[in-house]
Amino acid sequence: MLQRIRNSPPRYWLVVVVILFFIGLPTVIGSFQASEWAQVLILAIAIMGLNILVGYSGQISLGHGAFMAIGAYASAILVHKYKMDYLVTIPIAGLLTGMIGFLFGVPALRLSALYLALATFALAVVTPSLIKRPAELTGGVQGIILPPIDPPPLASDAFTAVTGTAMTSDQWIYYVTLAFALVLFWLAWNLVRHRAGRAMRAIRDGEVAAAASGVNIAGYKTLAFGISALYAGIAGSLFGLAVGFVSPDTFPVALSIQLLVGTVVGGLASIPGPLIGAIFAYFLPIESNQWVPTQTWIPSQIASTVEKAGPAVTYGVVLILIMIFAPNGVVGLITAGYARLRRRLRGAADRDSGQMPPDPQTG
Amino acid sequence: MTLLDVRELGVRFGGVVALDRVSFTVDAGEVVALIGPNGAGKTTLFNVITRVYRPSSGSVLVDGQPVSRMPPHHVVRHGLARTFQNVALFRSMSVLENVIVGDHTRTRSGWLESMIPMPGTVREEAKARTRAMEMIDFVGLGDVAMRPVAALPFGTQKRVELARALVSKPRLLLLDEPAGGISHEEVDATARLLRRIHDELGMTVLLVEHHMAFVMGISDRVVVLDFGRKIAEGSPGEVQRNPAVIEAYLGAA
Ligand SMILES: Nc1ncnc2c1ncn2[C@@H]1O[C@H](COP(=O)(O)OP(=O)(O)OP(=O)(O)O)[C@@H](O)[C@H]1O
Ligand SMILES: [Mg+2]
Repeated sequence: MLQRIRNSPPRYWLVVVVILFFIGLPTVIGSFQASEWAQVLILAIAIMGLNILVGYSGQISLGHGAFMAIGAYASAILVHKYKMDYLVTIPIAGLLTGMIGFLFGVPALRLSALYLALATFALAVVTPSLIKRPAELTGGVQGIILPPIDPPPLASDAFTAVTGTAMTSDQWIYYVTLAFALVLFWLAWNLVRHRAGRAMRAIRDGEVAAAASGVNIAGYKTLAFGISALYAGIAGSLFGLAVGFVSPDTFPVALSIQLLVGTVVGGLASIPGPLIGAIFAYFLPIESNQWVPTQTWIPSQIASTVEKAGPAVTYGVVLILIMIFAPNGVVGLITAGYARLRRRLRGAADRDSGQMPPDPQTG
Repeated sequence: MTLLDVRELGVRFGGVVALDRVSFTVDAGEVVALIGPNGAGKTTLFNVITRVYRPSSGSVLVDGQPVSRMPPHHVVRHGLARTFQNVALFRSMSVLENVIVGDHTRTRSGWLESMIPMPGTVREEAKARTRAMEMIDFVGLGDVAMRPVAALPFGTQKRVELARALVSKPRLLLLDEPAGGISHEEVDATARLLRRIHDELGMTVLLVEHHMAFVMGISDRVVVLDFGRKIAEGSPGEVQRNPAVIEAYLGAA
């Protein structure tokens, strides 16, 4: 056992360090920052869901914000109307959203990538207005205000023992989110290296060859939609609980774009990617909105446009830059850099790179 | 015993008649070659047999069962596995993973077992790995099993595809130009490999090939296509002497 721990590759150590970092984080930052990092983790969960769909199964969604909305409302309604315990509503919201995503995935099978992009975009556009309709259930335009969540005594005492201060609601929500994020990242990691995930990746790499190997293309594509929506639903549920409020405006089209940018920035088909993507997607617009007005070299017209348009401009610019300079995202950049460093250290070009064959399809 | 029965098969792409009432059979235990000039319809025939395309007319029977009624991913369950002319590997995966995907129909784990691996799943995964490694060793690629396929030379990729097809233990193996685009030594190695696939694994083989020495050395019977029609069929010697075949090849050249 000890031997195995000592021999485990460096990335396992990195995982342990990252987990410890996130567990310790709220003890050294303020309550408000903890709520910000909770948002980052929520985004990371949703982006992981989108990554399963886009990165691993090769489908596209411009509407994952809609699945977050469904999850958020499911939780909010269960807590508000049916007085259910908020923790219980999180998995329920996830499963419900997953089922809806699965059903959405069935007609999506018939669509080419472009039409799928349009259909999911339409989903993001219509969902907020659909939510307003059953007003007595969803609170209409007003939305639903949720009761504040108190940290349980046990967690609160432990936190006080470590930091000497009382645990706030935001800090508690942070830990709830972290727990879900850890479990969901672990599940995703399992998925992609076992049979079902391998089948999805096979489909992404070549449908004809996957079908010839016996992979049910339609089945795994809809499955990917379902699992992906499940992640988004849980993220949405946590989002509502963290903010304490859900309304149709909480889930604008921009949220869906934010998720997609996070997926691409972090790196498609990567497990750590969504976390890095979420950090970017959350902090980038905030930072850039503070940074741009202070830069005198940027013409004032552009600066004010950026300010007015908010995150959209920043996202657009980053998306274009990433697609040009780092098609495999930040994680791709890091692993490529690490590989290059190792080769440099060994002083040899021992990795052979053979010729790539043409068109990998039927021929 | 007839394993594959192609009956009056016709395929049309818009105005192009790719296959025109082609009929032939493959018996269990045979090695049959399908030859013909470029564009004769050989790959199209493979694509119909494996349900990538639906025929415009006629039918394909495997063990008496019509293929056209099956969804494409069921074809391999009926004992048919294939390779592709231009190599269709899963580019992002290692050699081992590619071959494990070929084992898909012999494993069971669903999405839940994949996400929360129970001991049963872990055991199944280990078995699939062992079977895949056996096939990788069989085709002589044990040393590169963990490498990403995308970086391997073309000839090696062809053998990965072969291993991926073999691991499903097909009764009929369909090979689209196994000796196409590879070096002389590799061609000889592939011929020896095919012999072993036939003799040791007991598989029936239908192969498309332009390399005539290869075809004549390995096949029991040859079927010749030209412009979507079957123009000849017989032993390698008969076919080589057939005037229609000579005409088709000279005309094409
Ligand atoms: N998907 C398709 N759509 C339209 N035409 C096609 C399609 N597939 C094949 N064809 C046409 O059908 C004919 C037969 O093509 P096929 O690929 O089967 O030939 P082949 O015998 O495999 O040739 P080669 O030896 O060059 O591989 C060609 O005229 C080709 O252009
Ligand atoms: Mg061909």
